[in-house]
Amino acid sequence: MLYTALVLAAGPTTDHIGPGEAITFWILGPLAVAGALGMLFARNAVHSALWLVLTMLSLGVLYMVQQAPFLGFVQIIVYTGAIMMLFLFVLMMVGRDSSDSVVEVLRGQRLWAGILGVGLAGLVVGIVFRSLNLVTAAGLAGPNGTGGGNVAQIGRSLFTDFLFPFELTSALLITAAVGAMILAYTGRGAKGGKRTQREMMVARFRGEHDRPSPLPGPGVFATANSVATPALLPDGSIAPESLSEIIEATQVTEFEHDLAEVADTEPGPDPHALTGTETTHEEVRS
Amino acid sequence: MTPTYYLLLSALLFAIGAIGVLVRRNAIVVFMCIELMLNSVNLTLVTFARINGSLSGQVMAFFVMVVAAAEVVVGLAIIMSIFRTRRSASVDDSNLLKY
Repeated sequence: MLYTALVLAAGPTTDHIGPGEAITFWILGPLAVAGALGMLFARNAVHSALWLVLTMLSLGVLYMVQQAPFLGFVQIIVYTGAIMMLFLFVLMMVGRDSSDSVVEVLRGQRLWAGILGVGLAGLVVGIVFRSLNLVTAAGLAGPNGTGGGNVAQIGRSLFTDFLFPFELTSALLITAAVGAMILAYTGRGAKGGKRTQREMMVARFRGEHDRPSPLPGPGVFATANSVATPALLPDGSIAPESLSEIIEATQVTEFEHDLAEVADTEPGPDPHALTGTETTHEEVRS
Repeated sequence: MTPTYYLLLSALLFAIGAIGVLVRRNAIVVFMCIELMLNSVNLTLVTFARINGSLSGQVMAFFVMVVAAAEVVVGLAIIMSIFRTRRSASVDDSNLLKY
């Protein structure tokens, strides 16, 4: 009697699903399924990850609709924000073109996996529908409406009823962090580690690289010192190694004036004059 | 509309995740499918919390998220170390214990 009175005082015991929630569900539910199917069928692993992000975002909004705003935000922050970014980082490190091999190690495995998966889906969906079709939701208006709302109630539950599992969670997280560091750590002496300067020099003179010295830098003239300027060898010809492959080099004809001055075939500016011979840019080019 | 539709959605997502674990050969994609299965179970827990009118289901889903985060970190580190030694992220190539 007292229990009934309390429940009645707490509000309606059944939770009616309004049209807004129904519309949200019928938009986001198919989106979530589409994301899952896209993840399943995408050949590129990065595309799979992005499809899964779509599913997780849809589920996060569905949590919020289902009176779990805290879990909805945690879903978006932790899953799509942290976990999927971790997935993408590892994908970029492992190589994003590591697509699936088409070779089947077990013959007919894909076909049977598909058949069994569809069977599992039918079975679970059928069972859930048969057993829970007429269920009515009690709703969370009671717990969410008292004592600071959803977040405060979950916090109270965590630190009272579920205190020991919560403490175990901290041990789990520390173990996971240390384990990940140990597994992902490559020591200094590992294969592919950094070589010392002395080893690099020995390797260069043994012929592991094309030339023992660094490539010549770009040329510097009075009119240009950009990377696109070719360097000159002592005989006045261009050092081909000084030219970058990706940057279009400046035409040599633009430097004919400078070259002539250097080669003493043309009188340079009078060093005693306060102003040198005026050579405009146009004259240099001509 | 009843909350059963949420359960049906999560059952569908779980089955898709299970198919992905069986079909896909890239270890990272297999891992993503496991994440999808965990997410669908979370949706089930949230829906049951609503049906029963108790917040315990949401706390359970919270714990599942924490465990999933820890699991992802360790699992991806294992995949990275396997990739470093075998130069492959395919589950077919990790067959050192085969014979």
